[in-house]
Amino acid sequence: MTQASFWDSPRRIGAMIMRYRFLMMASWPRLLELAYWPTVQMILWGLINRFMVTQSDWMAQSAGLLIAAALLWDVLYRAQLGVSLVFFEEMYARNLGNLFVSPLRPFELALSLLTISLLRTLFGVGVAAGLAIGLYHYSIFDMGLPLLALFMNLLVMGWAIGLMIVAMVLRFGLGMEGFAWAVIFAFAPLSGVYYPISILPEWLQPVAQLLPSSHVFEGMRLIMNEHVFSIEKVIAAAELNVVFMIIALGLYSLAFYSARQRGLLLQMGE
Amino acid sequence: MPAIEVLHLQKNYGDIIAVDQLSFEVPRGKTYALLGGNGAGKTTTLSMLLGLLLPTSGTIRILGIDMIRDRFKALPRMNFTSPYVDIPHRLTVEENLRVYGGLYGVRHVKRRISDLAEEYQLSPFLKRRYGSLSQGQKTRVSLAKSLLNEPEVLLMDEPTAALDPYTADQVRTALKAYQARTEATILLASHNMREVERLCDNILMMKQGRIVDQGSPVELIGRYGEQNLEDVFIQIAKGSELPR
Repeated sequence: MTQASFWDSPRRIGAMIMRYRFLMMASWPRLLELAYWPTVQMILWGLINRFMVTQSDWMAQSAGLLIAAALLWDVLYRAQLGVSLVFFEEMYARNLGNLFVSPLRPFELALSLLTISLLRTLFGVGVAAGLAIGLYHYSIFDMGLPLLALFMNLLVMGWAIGLMIVAMVLRFGLGMEGFAWAVIFAFAPLSGVYYPISILPEWLQPVAQLLPSSHVFEGMRLIMNEHVFSIEKVIAAAELNVVFMIIALGLYSLAFYSARQRGLLLQMGE
Repeated sequence: MPAIEVLHLQKNYGDIIAVDQLSFEVPRGKTYALLGGNGAGKTTTLSMLLGLLLPTSGTIRILGIDMIRDRFKALPRMNFTSPYVDIPHRLTVEENLRVYGGLYGVRHVKRRISDLAEEYQLSPFLKRRYGSLSQGQKTRVSLAKSLLNEPEVLLMDEPTAALDPYTADQVRTALKAYQARTEATILLASHNMREVERLCDNILMMKQGRIVDQGSPVELIGRYGEQNLEDVFIQIAKGSELPR
């Protein structure tokens, strides 16, 4: 009745996206969660921003700096969670066995996770960005096209970290679940989300330069403080993202191979 | 060409040998059973046939396709059901079947779901969440999922576990009818001797990862001088350890 071909991939990815849409429509807490945290972050950092503007000349030069930082940080966080949490849903449902005896290929699963992550991020951060306009009269969209370059770089870095977490959960089981929530925060101090990289200890600055996110946030501050769009920062972040993605895809492939060696795919679950 | 061809299949986990030089063939259109006690290697064998588990050595060909190198060519023409592998609980039965219809590339999926719902008496709970169903209802949904793509090769692990005798009988009748219509090949692992006697043309008796005997239910019962397959199973299970 059916015959596999490479061109069936979009249909199978579409089926996985449909599966996730059904899940979301059946669960209002999941929908609420998408917008809840970005909204809380937005309100908190919006208030801090409002206070800081009255206290600091540097902050006063670029109103909305902290709001923009909070929104962009959430892009990274949502993109990573969007990949790892959606994969966890399949593990909670003990559905991996059925998925992997179907013609769904591992790269198609990865692409469906990335697509769902993009949709989740757009929704969650979109709500928060709308709130920033309503509550603080700050629109991140005023950054114009450079915002797209910053957004894409953070999205891809989040995807890469999400795929690395999926690989670890495939290899070590759901015991690694807590890691998925916490790991991104290890990148926060080095990314210079709310402060310039130059305030880090000198020995730590080269480490920060290895993160795509540090270049993105430096680029964001250049746009907001000096109205300069640094293509160099964007390219540096994109180059590092290529490396991050290659490592993530390598780990993901290795984890699948290992799970097939050890017979974990049929029994994986809570 | 047989539908399933297994040659010198071996699976080791460190020093433990789960499947030991297993070789067998299942001709097209036939139903075979893997029968054996717990730990005999039935599920490990099924997992390798499905491509979920990589063998240590040996070859598997399904519909002439090398499953170790090219499993994605064969998987759209196969399917699998087991009461021990779940389907998403929060989705309704219909939603689950639509998702799997998409994954298998089923044409006219709504009509196919409607046909299966009628055949397996799923219509009353198509709109209910899978997680809210009884175990017997879940097993029927799982069976419907496994027939969505009209597989040429169907692998089943305890296909009627958790079904009451009447429903189990209906399912067996439907499976027989499906096979008669499509000439599908079925390989099932089961502990239910009555099911095996009724459904299977041939039985592969497994112990310690090996096939220790095989034949039709009638042949095996006659060979061991027993009254039924259950006594044959017990006699083989009681037998001395196989030399390694």
